[in-house]
Amino acid sequence: MSIFEYAPAPESASVVDIRPSYDLFVGGEWVESAGERRYKSVNPATEDVLAEITEATAADVDRAVTAARRAFEKVWGPMPGRERAKYLYRIARIIQERSRELAVLESIDNGKPIRESRDVDLPLVAAHFFYYAGWADKLPYAGFGPDPRPLGVAGQVIPWNFPLLMLAWKIAPALACGNTVVLKPAETTSLTALTFAEICRQADLPPGVVNIVTGAGETGRALVEHPGIDKIAFTGSTEVGRLIARSAAGTAKRLTLELGGKAANVVFEDAPLDQAVEGVVNGIFFNQGHVCCAGSRLLVQESVAEELLDRLRTRMATLRVGDPLDKNTDVGAINSAEQLDRIRTLSQAGEDEGAVRWSPPCELPSRGYWFAPTLFTGVAQSHRIAREEIFGPVLSVLTFRTPAEAVEKANNTPYGLSAGVWTEKGSRILWMAERLRAGVVWANTFNKFDPASPFGGYKESGFGREGGRHGLEAYLDV
Amino acid sequence: MSERSERLAVRKTYKLFIGGAFPRSESGRSYVVTDAKGQFLANASRASRKDARDAVSAARKAFGGWSGRTPYNRGQILYRIAEMMEGRRAQFADELRAAGLGRNAATAEVDAAIDRWVWYAGWADKLGAVAGSANPVAGPYFNFSTPEPMGVVAVIAPDGPLLGLVSVLAPVIVSGNTCVVVASEPAPLPAVTLAEVLATSDLPGGVVNVLTGRRAELAPWLAAHMDINALDLAGVPAEDVGPLEEAAAENLKRVLRPRPEEWDADPGTARMTAFLETKTVWHPVGV
Repeated sequence: MSIFEYAPAPESASVVDIRPSYDLFVGGEWVESAGERRYKSVNPATEDVLAEITEATAADVDRAVTAARRAFEKVWGPMPGRERAKYLYRIARIIQERSRELAVLESIDNGKPIRESRDVDLPLVAAHFFYYAGWADKLPYAGFGPDPRPLGVAGQVIPWNFPLLMLAWKIAPALACGNTVVLKPAETTSLTALTFAEICRQADLPPGVVNIVTGAGETGRALVEHPGIDKIAFTGSTEVGRLIARSAAGTAKRLTLELGGKAANVVFEDAPLDQAVEGVVNGIFFNQGHVCCAGSRLLVQESVAEELLDRLRTRMATLRVGDPLDKNTDVGAINSAEQLDRIRTLSQAGEDEGAVRWSPPCELPSRGYWFAPTLFTGVAQSHRIAREEIFGPVLSVLTFRTPAEAVEKANNTPYGLSAGVWTEKGSRILWMAERLRAGVVWANTFNKFDPASPFGGYKESGFGREGGRHGLEAYLDV
Repeated sequence: MSERSERLAVRKTYKLFIGGAFPRSESGRSYVVTDAKGQFLANASRASRKDARDAVSAARKAFGGWSGRTPYNRGQILYRIAEMMEGRRAQFADELRAAGLGRNAATAEVDAAIDRWVWYAGWADKLGAVAGSANPVAGPYFNFSTPEPMGVVAVIAPDGPLLGLVSVLAPVIVSGNTCVVVASEPAPLPAVTLAEVLATSDLPGGVVNVLTGRRAELAPWLAAHMDINALDLAGVPAEDVGPLEEAAAENLKRVLRPRPEEWDADPGTARMTAFLETKTVWHPVGV
């Protein structure tokens, strides 16, 4: 079958230098926690301990917020936009200079394939800083009034699926608009955020403009509930998003949330099927399916369902699962044991509820957290695997007969983050795009991102947009 | 004495406005509305939780049709509302005077309310150009963002009985949202008269639903309702905002918090954009 034999092509890990333990980054300095608690961050592909990370206490968070407030009032708020811009350009450049190191570190810490961290995450991280750098001195032209003001101190909590990219999505627009930030990375993926702290120092960013506090849910709660912050930006689960929305109720804090999704990827009978198969694979197996906008429900028109699924199975059989640092790898490690449990539980529920499960023959490494690319057919809309976000490489297939039925099924979810449409007919693309209740619609493509392109959800996928001119609104007093 | 002054006036029954019809509250309840001096004016309907739910169903049912109208058509209808109000200036002014405004102030408020419909009518087919964009992405894709209505919006109207009401209502519906409005509790009568204007302005039934009654009774049901997408708390006193926002978090409603408003000031675009979603569409460019 295969034309070329497989040979491993691992990226060298020697380019990264991981310290045995990390403190907190507050006021431009590495500071020890007021508490004693530390936890181990592991490589999800090997379960080896990478480093000890500090679990920041409420007192630590308070210290970080105080540093951010001081920096906002004394330095960053009053600074002319053109000067803020130059700091952000510097950061963008340093990220480009260190992009190989950061990509390898991201793959080691997160488990994602090096091909993705190198070709997707890191270029987008640098581009995001570059893009918002340019806005810093052009805010009066953004359509939010002649002199839009920053909000103050932003508390930002980000997930583990795109650690450094989510940091960029949070920090770049916040700083461009003149805010200072306290950011908490996810507890399983803190290393690139801590390296970003070093980058801030290399850029001579004034102390306190960016503060990084590590920790888990308790640290995040201390941050979003801190009375000294003006803005909460959160990316993560809808469940936690709800808790944060409740905690911000009745306060003056501004809130933007980027939450879960259960996107429909709709394939019509006239679609170019091979392209659609690539799009479906990219939609659900990109980043192990750890993507809030993943195309986790495939809606395929009945007339081509069998043919599409045949081609999809053939394609899935060629996916390489394994070492994230191997440049051949398509699907890397699941980020944590906890997430692996969730994927297993929901997949089991799929079988129990009567859907038919299929995975290609796939040898998984003995250590680390792994899950084979999985396809469920015979899925009903009532099944848990059609309703709940699995956040793993698991695709649920449903069928439809008419465009109206496709719209009905695609929108039959409390989420509304993204959707995909595959058809050769232009008018049908626009007809579908109008009717899909989702913040991003990919037509004849999927999982594309760009700093100039607004991203964010409808309904329970959260509110506010990140990226583009629209992304500025989240950090301006408008 | 002239015959005219002896004639007994035919009073109006002030009812709810749900799905284009004027029902009484299903609960059979009403409450007394008085003028500024405490004199009896009318028994207004006191809407119940069930009325609120009916209103939400009507608004949801109307959403597809209203959001699917062309912006030009929505603009025409909003302008038609201004036309219909113009013909009832005297009636609105009388109701505002009963609510305590002086003669000149009442007339000025009615005129401003009519003009506000005209202002928003013109926005219908311009908002997309101002709030949307073609996004220059780094790749062979055409990428554009368009503003879209959120869906069903619950509006707790401020006590400015006419200009305040119009100022919160028009920006919600101009973009294609439908809504359930809780009218000013002490001065609900202009809201009911406005509903009569809406009913004769080619506005499809259910686009605007007006509830009168106890704000504190109705607002929590609306804030917690799972088929409402957004909440405008313009008329909510500061101490009630927290609990309503908490209830709204259950399905992550977008909430516009109350803030000090000068209703006769330039409205700007903020109240319109507060109830818009941004949808971004990608398509490859190629041959």
